Amino acid sequence: MEIINLEGTEDTPKILLDKGNGIFEISGRSLPEDSAEFYQPVLDWISAYGEDPNPETSFVFKLEYFNTASSKLILDVLSALEDIEGVSIDWYFHEDDEDMEEAGEEFSELVEIPFDFKTY
Amino acid sequence: MKYIYDLHKTMLSRNLILVYEGEFTQEITKSVLAMAERNMDSMGEESSIKRKVFNVMVECLQNIVKHSEDFNPLSSKRNAAIFIVGKEDDRYIVTSGNPVDTEAANSLKKRIDEINGLDKEGLKKMYKDIIKTNHLSDKGGAGLGFVDMARKSGQKLEYDFEDMGEGFHFFSITTTVLRF
Repeated sequence: MEIINLEGTEDTPKILLDKGNGIFEISGRSLPEDSAEFYQPVLDWISAYGEDPNPETSFVFKLEYFNTASSKLILDVLSALEDIEGVSIDWYFHEDDEDMEEAGEEFSELVEIPFDFKTY
Repeated sequence: MKYIYDLHKTMLSRNLILVYEGEFTQEITKSVLAMAERNMDSMGEESSIKRKVFNVMVECLQNIVKHSEDFNPLSSKRNAAIFIVGKEDDRYIVTSGNPVDTEAANSLKKRIDEINGLDKEGLKKMYKDIIKTNHLSDKGGAGLGFVDMARKSGQKLEYDFEDMGEGFHFFSITTTVLRF
């Protein structure tokens, strides 16, 4: 399966989706002008991955900031992952970032996927 | 040329650290954010406060970018917005102002009043209800900007509508982020 490997920029996150090495990560800042357009390839990739997923998938979110339009798309990503067997989320937040911790808790209440909360 | 000195004095007396007036695009948003961020870094601001201010600035700026597209490219109102960041001893103040028509003014007022009427839990519930049910607008907005600004700041949103004539109002909104 193809690998998605996007470098992060000042307004878009780093994205690494690599089935072979079992690495699934979205990290950094997410405030693109058009969040739907930006996340579409990620959603397409997850949908293809769901056809033949690894037995276990730890999907890492390690975000510094995201805008409200991205939050809608993050929920779409989580909803897409929800349909895949063996998925869990590692939700990272900076140790003094209560807002990011709370955001993760809220997402975890909106989808039926186990979340593991970790600080960095 | 006295207006330059007057403007300078106004900025000092009102503790404004950044004022931008003119066209708003994603590129300009990024530049303004970078400038404000560097400013907070150089003052040694705490990272938790910096993140809150940054979040509020992002929502404010992207609101203006999206809504300036409502106007005809030839209209003088299209690029007539202002963005201001102020810093006082105990707080940051993030303000934006842009022209809106009467219909938009009425719905904005209703929406912000509704948000200001909610407490922390109420805002959280509103945020979750919207994110679950709303689709992104044609402009890519999630309808969550003001709720998020209220949540991140923990303060009421202040707003004002000044009549500009010809059925337009200058809408300004201020979010306060306390430093302690």
